[in-house]
Amino acid sequence: MNDITRAEVCATAVADAFKDDGEIFGSPMGIMPMLGVRLAKLTSNPDLVISDGESLFLAGVPPLFAKAEVVEGWIPFRRVFDVVAHGRRHVMMGATQIDRHGNQNISAIGDFARPKRQLLGSRGAPGNTVNNRTSYWVPRHSPRVFVERVDVVTGVGPRLAKEAGPAASTYNDIHRIVTDLAVLDVGGPDDTVRLLSTHPGVSVEEVRAATGFEVHVPTDVTTTREPTPGELMLIREVLDPRGLRTKEVST
Amino acid sequence: MSWGGADVGLLADAGKIKRLVYAFVSLDSIPLEPLFARARQDATIPEVCEWDEGMFFTGLKAASERLPFLPMRAGLGSDVLVNNPDITTITSPYGDGETFVAVPALKLDAALVHLNRADAHGNATYLGPDPYFDDLFAMAADEVYVSCEQVVDTAGLTLDTPVQRLLLSRMLVTGVVETPNGAHFTTCTPDYERDEKFQRHYATSAADPEAWSAFKQRFLSGNEAAYQAAVAAFAEEQA
Repeated sequence: MNDITRAEVCATAVADAFKDDGEIFGSPMGIMPMLGVRLAKLTSNPDLVISDGESLFLAGVPPLFAKAEVVEGWIPFRRVFDVVAHGRRHVMMGATQIDRHGNQNISAIGDFARPKRQLLGSRGAPGNTVNNRTSYWVPRHSPRVFVERVDVVTGVGPRLAKEAGPAASTYNDIHRIVTDLAVLDVGGPDDTVRLLSTHPGVSVEEVRAATGFEVHVPTDVTTTREPTPGELMLIREVLDPRGLRTKEVST
Repeated sequence: MSWGGADVGLLADAGKIKRLVYAFVSLDSIPLEPLFARARQDATIPEVCEWDEGMFFTGLKAASERLPFLPMRAGLGSDVLVNNPDITTITSPYGDGETFVAVPALKLDAALVHLNRADAHGNATYLGPDPYFDDLFAMAADEVYVSCEQVVDTAGLTLDTPVQRLLLSRMLVTGVVETPNGAHFTTCTPDYERDEKFQRHYATSAADPEAWSAFKQRFLSGNEAAYQAAVAAFAEEQA
């Protein structure tokens, strides 16, 4: 099993973000998060609860976008809000921007009153980040994504949560930021973004250059682990035989 | 007020929106709604209220319960509170006196919803896996208009589907209209799924002024029957 691709390293890094979650709803937004969550359920965390991304909890672990053989529950849109408020959930969202303090933006680029580019809107990001564990997936780590200050705060980082009081900060838990270059969190000084590991073949300098603010680099930065042969088999043969992961990370 | 999709894009393009409350506007399989994006970027919607989607749900619940607000965490610390300065917070009279968002009621003059089946009195069922929020929209509104794929006898509503799917009661409903394919080009499971080809045509047309005026000419310049006929002709061309 040689020729491990970057996309496969990213998939296991996403899976590792969910390995200690126990029996909660693993809620991925997008292809790589979905691949990683399903990989986690088949390896490190079989207790994860997963859905079809629409309204069904799946008992098995089907390939990406395949139909489930067995359904174990009903999770229509309205019930997602119950789970969010209840807190037994870990969501991995995308991010058009992330800043030094771990705030995320998926709403708009530029001035909110007249944006240069209108994006999705706030979606559930404000509620997710003050209620349940939240991670981010960034397929292209660049200074355009990692900015000093996001244009619109949709996902709330730990510092803004603390400033908003205990109702906001008690359950604020920004767990991991997985990118095509590295794994990060928000454990740096003053609740800032911190580098945990760089992917095989990526230097710390490359991550620094691709980050538009001064990312905290501790002395114990490691190399992101490579997938095991078993994980590679699951990624390549079971979960993503069509190679959808390469649409997000091509190298 | 909408969980926004092409409904918002089309109304924005027609210049019919004075105030918009939303948490997202998306075509789902195509992430961004081009007409809405243009309206935002040209600032043609006078009043824009972007909320968190849980807040939107809670605002409808507050209206349905005739309450002025309901408390929740969502919004705290985010720019939702910055960009909606009229939304304030409330401190709990119990325990540690934590401060929450006081989500204002989303009171509606009218609600427009589409379901799979209804009887002539306004009792209505959804047949797909997700009821969405159509009952909440109905309870938040003074007047409720239900369009449906098929009007059936009351007895027919529960003939082949569980009673739990009866989402709307006639006491909530003002008017019923039978509009087969009336959710097109969005999904109306199990009657039909999203018309992806047509949606792509909509999205690419909407991104270009010349193509968009041709689209409007072909699909949006007549009545509903003319639209459905044009959609059928488009499907045949694409087959």
